[in-house]
Amino acid sequence: MSERLLLRGGRVIDPARGVDGAFDVMIEHGRVAELGPKLPPRGAAVRDVTGCLVAPGFIDIHVHLREPGREDKETIATGTRAAARGGFTAVCAMPNTTPVNDSAAVTRFVMDRAREARSVRVYPIGAITKGSLGEELAEYADMQKEGAVAVSDDGRPVGSALVFRRALEYAKGLGLVVIDHCEDPTLSHGCCMNEGPVATRLGLRGAPAVSESVIVERDIALAELTGGAVHIAHLSTAAAVDAVRRGKARGVRVTAEATPHHLLLTDELVREREYDTSTKMNPPLRNERDRLAVLAGLKDGTIDCIATDHAPHTVDDKRVEYDQAAFGIVGLETAVPLMIDRVVNAGHLKLGQLVERMSTAPARVLGLPGGRLAPGDVADVTVVDLKRRARVDPEAFASKSRNTPFGGLELVGWPRLTLVGGRVVFDATESAAG
Amino acid sequence: MSAPFPHRHLLGIEPLTAEHIVSVLDTAEAMREVLGRPIKKVPTLRGRSVVNLFYEASTRTRSSFEMAERVLSADSLSIATATSSVQKGETLLDTAKNLEAMNPDMIIMRHGSSGAPHFLARHCRAAIVNAGDGFHEHPTQALLDALTLRQKKGRLEGLKVAIVGDVLHSRVARSNALLLTKVGAKPVLCGPPPLLPVGVEQYAPATTRLDEAIEGADAIMMLRLQRERMSGAFLPSTREYHELYGLTVERVKKAKPDVVILHPGPMNRGVEIASEVADGPYSVILDQVTNGVAVRMAVLYLLLGGSGGEA
Repeated sequence: MSERLLLRGGRVIDPARGVDGAFDVMIEHGRVAELGPKLPPRGAAVRDVTGCLVAPGFIDIHVHLREPGREDKETIATGTRAAARGGFTAVCAMPNTTPVNDSAAVTRFVMDRAREARSVRVYPIGAITKGSLGEELAEYADMQKEGAVAVSDDGRPVGSALVFRRALEYAKGLGLVVIDHCEDPTLSHGCCMNEGPVATRLGLRGAPAVSESVIVERDIALAELTGGAVHIAHLSTAAAVDAVRRGKARGVRVTAEATPHHLLLTDELVREREYDTSTKMNPPLRNERDRLAVLAGLKDGTIDCIATDHAPHTVDDKRVEYDQAAFGIVGLETAVPLMIDRVVNAGHLKLGQLVERMSTAPARVLGLPGGRLAPGDVADVTVVDLKRRARVDPEAFASKSRNTPFGGLELVGWPRLTLVGGRVVFDATESAAG
Repeated sequence: MSAPFPHRHLLGIEPLTAEHIVSVLDTAEAMREVLGRPIKKVPTLRGRSVVNLFYEASTRTRSSFEMAERVLSADSLSIATATSSVQKGETLLDTAKNLEAMNPDMIIMRHGSSGAPHFLARHCRAAIVNAGDGFHEHPTQALLDALTLRQKKGRLEGLKVAIVGDVLHSRVARSNALLLTKVGAKPVLCGPPPLLPVGVEQYAPATTRLDEAIEGADAIMMLRLQRERMSGAFLPSTREYHELYGLTVERVKKAKPDVVILHPGPMNRGVEIASEVADGPYSVILDQVTNGVAVRMAVLYLLLGGSGGEA
C-alpha cells in the first residue's frame, strides 16, 4: 500500500470542528495531511468515495470481545474484524471475561492480543471490583498503566452503594470514568424480559423499568456526592433518561449511552417472534414509551453516544428455552446501517449528529484519542456508503457469533472503508469481490 | 359435524377462535359417549404415535392424556424427566431431535419454561400439544373447564366466572381467561396485588377483593397457591391468605345459588379452598377429571385424525 491515500469526492463531517461539506481527504504516513475541495493526488493512491460519508473513526465504547475465556463466542481477532467491518475504528472491551480483567496482567494480555490482531484499536476497560464481585476495589492505576481507559463491572452491577461511592472517589483521582450497568438484581432476579403486558401474556418473568432507574438515580446521587464521573451503560428506560437529564441539569458528571436495539425495538418483538431468543438481552427491550424516551434523549443530547453492547454467544447458548438462553446480541456489524437507515433517514437525527454520537462523543466521554479529523490527526476514518442497500446477512459476519434479531433486514447505508492510522482494516469493495 | 379445525399444533388458547373452541368442545362431547361405553376403545388413531414428554411432575394431566391415547388406540410413549437423559444434561433441542428420529405424529409436552412448546414446534415435524408451559398457557385445562361449565350451565356466553388466586404464576388462569372471553363469558380475575401480573386487564377485569369477584358469579375457579410464594415475599402466610382469599362456605353464599366451583388440582385444602367447599355440592372438581380425558381425546382426534387437520 502506498504511504499516501486520497479519499476523493466524499462528504466530510467532523462535528468537533464544525466541518460538513464536500472535501477530499489526503492521508500521509497514517495521519490526516490535508482536507480540501478537489485535492490533487500527487502520487497518492486514490479512492473514489463519491456518495459516501467520510467521518472521524466511529468508536464503540461498549463491546464484549470474550477473550480471554470464551474464545468459542468471540476472540479479540474476530471481534476487532467485526468492528472494522461495521465501520468502527476503536472499541472498548468490557472486563467480564474469564478471568475478569481486574489486573494489569489481563489488561496487558488484551492489549497484546489487540496489537497482534492488527485491526481496530482496543481500549480495555478494567473491573470496578476484584473479580467483579462487588466487594474490594481492583487496582485501577495498574490497569490504567497498561492501557485501561475506564472501569466497569458490566453485567455484574455493584450492589453496595458504599463500594460504588469508593469506586467513584478512587477513579476520580486517576481521571477514570466509572461505567455502570444499572440494575438492581433484587428487582430483576430470574427475569428474562421487560415487565409489562407482553411478559404477562407470554408468561415470562419481567424486570421492571425501575430495576434500572433506581440504580441510575443512586449512581447520579453518588457522582454528585463524590464529584466523580459516572457513565450509564445501555440506558433503556424513560425513567433513567429522565434521571440523567436532571443530573446533567444539576451539573453532575454523568454521561450515558444507548444501543441501536433499544432505540429501535420493543418487547412486542418477543411476542411477534414467538420466544425467539435473539430478542433476549439485558437490559431487555422495553416498551414503546421507553423506546421513544431513549430516542428523545439521544436527540436532545441527554444520551451522549451510541454503543452496541456487542454480546456474542454461540448457537448452543441461544438455541434453548427462552428463560434458559444467554442474554445479549451482537451489534458491531449492524449498528451503522441501523442508525443511518432507521434513525437518520427516518428523520430522527441529522447525519452530523450521528457522527457526533458515534465518534466525537464517545471519545469525549472516556477521554480517548480520536473523534476528530483535522490535519495532523491520526487517520482513523470511517467511510460509509450512504446509498448502498443490502440485507443484514449474519452468515457473512466477521464476528464468530450470529445472535442478532436483525438478520434479513434490508437497510441503506453500509460501511465502505475503515482506516486505522491510515491503514485499511476494512474495504467493502474487496470483501464484495472475495 | 363441527367446524374444521385448521391448526397443526395446540400451543395455546390464544390462536383459537370461538368457533375452534366450540368445535373442540363438541368433539369432546362425542368422546364422552365413547368413555361411557362398556368397552372403552375405538380404533380412530390406530397406527398413530404419540409421545408424552413431561418435564414437570404431573399426575392428572399426564394420566389424562395417556388415557385419551389408549381409548383412541394410539401408540404412545411417556417420558418423564426423572428417567430421561434430561437428568444427564441433554438439551431440549437434542431431546427433540432424538424424538423426531422416531417420527412420532404428535408430541405432548409439559415444560417449566414458557414458550418451550413453540421451540419444539420450530424444531420438530410432529404436531405439538402444550400440556402446560411455565406461566404461559395450559390450553387443554381451559378446554376441559369450559366443557364442564357448559355441561353444568348449558351455555358459556354471559357466565360470570371468578378466577381466584395466584394469577401471576398461573397458566391455568391465563388460558381460562382467554378462552372465556373468546366465547363471550365474563371472567373476573382476583388475587392479592403481588399475585396479579402487570397488565392483567388485557385478559379480563381484575379485582383484589374476593367478595367483589364472587358476587353473583355463575362459577368460581380456584387456583392452586404454591407454598414457595411465601419465600418470594409475595405473601406473609398461608393463614392470612386463607383469611383474605380462601373460599369458604360463607363466601360461596355471595355467588349465585347454583354456582359451580372448579379447581385445576392438586388442591391445598385449608389454603385456597376449605374442605367443606371442595367436597360440597357445588364442586365439579371430579367432573373436571372425566372431562379432561374427553377433551384430550378431542384434541388428539382433531389434530391427528380429524377433519382438515393439516394447515
